[in-house]
Amino acid sequence: MVTAASSSAAPVSLGVEVGGLRLQNPVMPASGTFAEGLARVMDLNRLGAFVTKTITREFRAGNPVPRVCETTEGLINSIGIPSKGLDYFRDNVVPFYRAYSPPLVVSISAPTVDGFASMARDLTIPGVAAIEANISCPNIEEDGRSFAMEPRLTEAVTAAMRRATALPLWVKLTPNTGDIVAVARAAEAGGADAVVVANTILAMRIDTETFRPKLGNVLGGLSGPAVKPIALRMVYQCADKLAIPVIGCGGIATAEDAVEFMLAGARAVQVGTTTFVRPMAMIEIIDGLAAFCARRGIADVNALVGAVVDGNAAPEEAEALL
Amino acid sequence: MLQSLETRSAWTANDAPVSDVETIVLSHEAVNDEYRHLVLRAGRPATLAAPGQFFHLLCPASGQDKPYLRRPMSTYKADPEAGTLEFLYKIAGLGTRALTTLKPGDSFRVLGPLGVGFTLDDSWRSIVVLGRGVGLATLAPLAEAAARKGIGVTAILSARRPDLVMSAERFAAIGADVRPVLDSDGSSAPENVRAILGSLAREGRADAIFTCGSNRLFRLAKDFATEQGIAGQVALEQQMACGLGMCFCCVRKFEVDGELVDKRVCWDGPVFDLKEATSW
Ligand SMILES: Cc1cc2nc3c(=O)[nH]c(=O)nc-3n(C[C@H](O)[C@H](O)[C@H](O)COP(=O)(O)OP(=O)(O)OC[C@H]3O[C@@H](n4cnc5c(N)ncnc54)[C@H](O)[C@@H]3O)c2cc1C
Ligand SMILES: Cc1cc2nc3c(=O)[nH]c(=O)nc-3n(C[C@H](O)[C@H](O)[C@H](O)COP(=O)(O)O)c2cc1C
Ligand code: FES
Repeated sequence: MVTAASSSAAPVSLGVEVGGLRLQNPVMPASGTFAEGLARVMDLNRLGAFVTKTITREFRAGNPVPRVCETTEGLINSIGIPSKGLDYFRDNVVPFYRAYSPPLVVSISAPTVDGFASMARDLTIPGVAAIEANISCPNIEEDGRSFAMEPRLTEAVTAAMRRATALPLWVKLTPNTGDIVAVARAAEAGGADAVVVANTILAMRIDTETFRPKLGNVLGGLSGPAVKPIALRMVYQCADKLAIPVIGCGGIATAEDAVEFMLAGARAVQVGTTTFVRPMAMIEIIDGLAAFCARRGIADVNALVGAVVDGNAAPEEAEALL
Repeated sequence: MLQSLETRSAWTANDAPVSDVETIVLSHEAVNDEYRHLVLRAGRPATLAAPGQFFHLLCPASGQDKPYLRRPMSTYKADPEAGTLEFLYKIAGLGTRALTTLKPGDSFRVLGPLGVGFTLDDSWRSIVVLGRGVGLATLAPLAEAAARKGIGVTAILSARRPDLVMSAERFAAIGADVRPVLDSDGSSAPENVRAILGSLAREGRADAIFTCGSNRLFRLAKDFATEQGIAGQVALEQQMACGLGMCFCCVRKFEVDGELVDKRVCWDGPVFDLKEATSW
């Protein structure tokens, strides 16, 4: 049965509890697609949380240009994590966000297990509400294989960070692995409070005029609407097997996309590439989520989480929502 | 008339508000077979854009052309009184090709004003602007702002052929000394441009130099500024995704304290000090 449009103007509750943080709504930026510049366009206080670009301990220059190329409904990037280092971040970026109310989630990366742990420890400071570990990067102790490609490495690096900080710990997974569910379970076993599913999908393009790759770094990561069905599938698979929350990420452009991820099991969502095309998109998604719930007579957005009507759902529960 | 540059320069600060404005196309004309002139109704605050600032255009999809990212374009003219915003662009690839399909009455979004524009020093009495092709679009509003401040302008306009010399009338209208230089008659050769610059310096008519649109002219301008010990600025281009300093795709190399560092064209620029900018 389809509920009639929101005649009862009952307020919809958008608040969610995600991996140790209480958020006013489930919408936040994806790492690397958000920075202080967005404050010129929108009221940052409307967001569920802030997630910063991944930082490393030391200065890093990043990859050669061109660093992005567009493709059908998406973008391939090889920015390469340029970073001004941890000290700069602590002294200049953390203070900027103190003026705002949403919690600050800091994305970190390191080439070793100890590197991750010590960064998590050194960022356990006032103003930082949670750590998001971008473990998609190469591990120099393991022939440059990415931590997030293997459950064993994922559990080890997560456990080391868990010992190093009492802050909520989110672990961001890569879709470039054979068995993302096994990796997600390893992050949970290592002590993660939530997993973010997922990072970009390894991709490339070649210029047919010059025969050269379109990216300076040859390979890059695909993001944007083009990846949405794949990220959604991964969220669905992981949410089914984990007790900790899943944060959905990949191609979310509209409130309907956010609803889809929540139905698949995401407790919250991250919006990345879409912000480049429609800088107000996160605000539109927050308003759209409230409107969607109101239209469907859903009082609390949490009711959407995992509510997909598939073979596994208890029919009564699912029907209650339809 | 336009607001004074003093008031408008407040908008070049990187904390000024930016809006994603739904604009309406007022006119869209072919200047020649390569260039288009687009006039939009944009309203404030977009039309408070300062010379050198740019906008990020959400090009419409058209047929096979489905640009996903926005395309950056310099402010060609911004008139806060009339509420209009103008761009002059060259058809380059799929985004600009799609842009050509916009007709009067159509609407589309432009984000801006973005970036740091040109700065004019009150102590300057005469400046030189040196541009090529569509780069002249970026320099025209600067020349007008200089004229409003009572600063004399010499405009060296470089192009392949006479019909591709952009905006000569706009430079002439503010009383600029307009010097077209062409590939077709050889006058755009570096030696000749250097000779023009040299004579301007001797006449005391080059307190600062501004350039846009060509790597060769950039190198000429940089060498000239160094030799003469004068100030200079360049408006640079680089591929962009966010336009707001967030993605770090638009970096170029700059020389700062003897070291090469990356800066974001969209956020630290697009206008940079000639001393720091490097050849591309
Ligand atoms: C600050 C700034 C101001 C600009 N002002 C003007 C202007 O006033 N008039 C004008 O004609 N052009 C201007 N340009 C260049 C204009 O942005 C490009 O010509 C345009 O993006 C090409 O897009 P396309 O899809 O037609 O070409 P394609 O070659 O198909 O584009 C492919 C990708 O590369 C990017 N790209 C290609 N060439 C450039 C370039 N020169 N600069 C930046 N990105 C590029 C595109 O944005 C797109 O992401 C400006 C660029 C910048 C950075
Ligand atoms: C330009 C760009 C830079 C990114 N940088 C980072 C980063 O530093 N750390 C990270 O964990 N993910 C990074 N990502 C991945 C995004 O956070 C996100 O996982 C991915 O883009 C999929 O979401 P989307 O389709 O909504 O963009 C980046 C993505 C883009 C497009
Ligand atoms: S275009 Fe994103 S930082 Fe410049």
